[in-house]
Amino acid sequence: MKVIEKSETKTTCYHCGEDVIEHHYHIEDKEFCCRGCQTVYEIINKSDLCSYYDLEHNPGINQKQEVRKGKFDFLDDVQIIQKLTHFQDDTHQHVIFYLPQMHCASCIWILEHLDKIDSGIIKSQVNFVKKEVTVIYNYHETSLKKVAEDLTIIGYEPHISLNDVSSSKIKKYDTTTIVKIGIAGFCFGNIMMLSFPEYFSLGKSDDIGLETWFSYLNLALSLPVFFYSASEFFVSGYKGLRQRFLNIDAPIALAVLITFGRSLYEILSGTGAGYLDSMSGIVFFMLIGRYFQNRTYQTISFDRDFKSYFPLGVSVINTDGIEKQISVSELKVGDRIKIHNDEIVPADAILFLGKATIDYSFVTGESLPVEKSIGEIVYAGGKQTSGAIELEVVKEVSQSYLTQLWNNEAFKENKEEVKASFIHRVSRYFTYALFSVAITAAIYWSINDSSKIWGAVTAVLIVACPCALLLSATFTNGNMIRILNKYKLYVKNASVIEQMSEIDTIVFDKTGTITEQGKSEISFQGAELSSNQSQLIRTLANQSNHPLSKSVVSFLPFTKMLLVKNYKEFKGFGTSATINEHFVKMGSSEFVLGKDAHQLVSGSRVYVSIDEEFVGYFIVKNAYREGLGNIVSSLGSQFDLKILSGDNASEEGFLKNIFGSKSEMLFEQKPEDKLNFIKYLQNHNKRVLMIGDGLNDAGALKQSDVGIAISDDTNNFSPACDAVLSGKNFTLLKELVNYCRRQKTIIFASFVLSILYNFIGLFFAVQGDLEPVIAAILMPISSISIVLLTTGLSSFYEIKLKKLNPDKSHY
Amino acid sequence: MSAIFIMIGASLLLAIGFLIAFIWSVRSNQYEDDYTPSVRMLFDNTTIQENKQETNNKTKKTK
Repeated sequence: MKVIEKSETKTTCYHCGEDVIEHHYHIEDKEFCCRGCQTVYEIINKSDLCSYYDLEHNPGINQKQEVRKGKFDFLDDVQIIQKLTHFQDDTHQHVIFYLPQMHCASCIWILEHLDKIDSGIIKSQVNFVKKEVTVIYNYHETSLKKVAEDLTIIGYEPHISLNDVSSSKIKKYDTTTIVKIGIAGFCFGNIMMLSFPEYFSLGKSDDIGLETWFSYLNLALSLPVFFYSASEFFVSGYKGLRQRFLNIDAPIALAVLITFGRSLYEILSGTGAGYLDSMSGIVFFMLIGRYFQNRTYQTISFDRDFKSYFPLGVSVINTDGIEKQISVSELKVGDRIKIHNDEIVPADAILFLGKATIDYSFVTGESLPVEKSIGEIVYAGGKQTSGAIELEVVKEVSQSYLTQLWNNEAFKENKEEVKASFIHRVSRYFTYALFSVAITAAIYWSINDSSKIWGAVTAVLIVACPCALLLSATFTNGNMIRILNKYKLYVKNASVIEQMSEIDTIVFDKTGTITEQGKSEISFQGAELSSNQSQLIRTLANQSNHPLSKSVVSFLPFTKMLLVKNYKEFKGFGTSATINEHFVKMGSSEFVLGKDAHQLVSGSRVYVSIDEEFVGYFIVKNAYREGLGNIVSSLGSQFDLKILSGDNASEEGFLKNIFGSKSEMLFEQKPEDKLNFIKYLQNHNKRVLMIGDGLNDAGALKQSDVGIAISDDTNNFSPACDAVLSGKNFTLLKELVNYCRRQKTIIFASFVLSILYNFIGLFFAVQGDLEPVIAAILMPISSISIVLLTTGLSSFYEIKLKKLNPDKSHY
Repeated sequence: MSAIFIMIGASLLLAIGFLIAFIWSVRSNQYEDDYTPSVRMLFDNTTIQENKQETNNKTKKTK
């Protein structure tokens, strides 16, 4: 647990809304939590943009973490500019930046007034849903780098990764589906209207000319529906048949084809009005269903690979010792690179200069930073945490240890294609049943009245097309996806829900998945600290930005800061300073005690001495997610639980306590090992749900039947997966899985309902006299009642989730 | 009765006009972002006037 002592006079930062702990920073009556927030306020104030603070309360982004100067130097590179900007003429460049920090109306406001901050910016426009801002600027007056820096200064640091330049181009917003729906809807409505006289006089009208005129208009209106809107059913059905697989689209395409054919025949021969209204209506409803189902959460990308995690630029030092920013993809073996604090090592490299403390938690699952000495190899993906280092590249980015994982065949196959949805299976039985009804009707009429065969058979196929099944499935899935989004489980597509309902084994990653990222549990070992001592330690710890120092600061009770003299920071070892005439030292045991205390215990330790006298040490451990015990024991009754960790086995004892001794636990697993373990489970007929968070889980997430990436901030990077779950809602896991299990129940229920309608329709159809008006009434009623039933049921099953939802905030 | 032939044709043409308008709006990506415009329209325009005294306003306290 993180302990933060609140000060007596509690004020919040005017900029970001965090509690103000040190009352150092204020302008007039406005208090700020840190220097950064104050600076942002000054800039905003100066540019006369203070409405930013009127639109929402404390809209700002906390500025405690400063961004290194020169971070965007690589944006001066002409090639990079060319790749990032998507339009350029003699004066203007257009660029789209992804700003994950965007969260409120104030953000939109300030980002659309960037021209006030930098006069070279001509226009900026926000797409809030995608968290993107399009900036148009005059590149003679400002530059791409300047724009990125402007954004960073006001707290919106653009997220630029290798992916932005290597992927072909930005995904185009797909408009065809909406256009298809629009056209089908338009034609459906008009055909219905033109068929009214036909409905009311039930086939007989006084004016024959009018009737033919209407029929031909209907025919003309149905052409775009048949040839354009319904085309995807034909294409998909045909593709399925070619692969000898009868999917749901094939019988639908057949029904549409027969309806259109028969209507065409009736109209041209003048024997009737056809069923064009029903045909366009059903196409319209089915397209809406598909659209509803495919409308997944737009801002989350589900197929990120290492490229979105890696930075775009890196500093290279040439033989003359001059630093130059180049694109990561241009790195060659032998290049000397400089990695600053908090930067990611982009390629496997040998440490040349400096003290490396590499945080691999995201890449390998090791929870503690690893120290590397000169000459040792540093693998790509690690994050440097102690100052700048220089390295020599030994492998190109695409060849590195980490990126090799993406060459595994698991990344080449497409899950959805391999596993056929049960909808397709059900539709197959449905099709067989339908054909037998049609054949029976045909045989019956061939004996009794052969003139009616043709009419009866086509009517059967028209009335009982499996569109009801498709509608049930798409609307159920669409609504379930919407509800799951509400509980912060963002699924990639509808087939994930179905896969989820079949799992029997859950495999957890450890670091970042069942432990909470960036949160630590801290305790003090030693004699109890006097308030004086604690004040000294807190003051010293407050000077450093090291994560361990920060944990110590938050652990100790709030005190006034004292005057610090002779502050020294020894990267990778610790810090020391003279405070109130006391010499305070804190850091590794080597640094504080002068000897290396090698102990195999979990957590890292911060030793403290005052006036060269050892006072004790802090233990900083990863914190497990709240409620882990409960969720594990409730899941354990339903599923096989396993742990697959890249970390060492130091926490095994503790985990056995929670998960029970029967659960399999594997430690020190490489990314490939994880993938192979999942494969092994699948070969033993297990349906596996993998839950992970880091790049090292990417293979396992891909291989598993369902891979869920846990993310504490859904805007952060998450590896390729089937679904992203917010860390806050981890405790809901069991209910979410069980909710997905309801999917089949709901689809079957609505399918049964639609079969009832089908029976009514078939009753008329087999007799050979299906009036268009009956088809036209049955079709919308059945469609609408299916939509109501599926959405109603899926919302009904939500009740259990609603009760347990720990996080009610919308965003 | 012949009036109805013309009227139906005219109504259809009108409707097709709307359909074309709809397709145009979709194609020009007006449905791409369905949230931001709803917020944007509520912003006051008063602060968007040209602010040429920016240089004179450098002191923090005056606004």
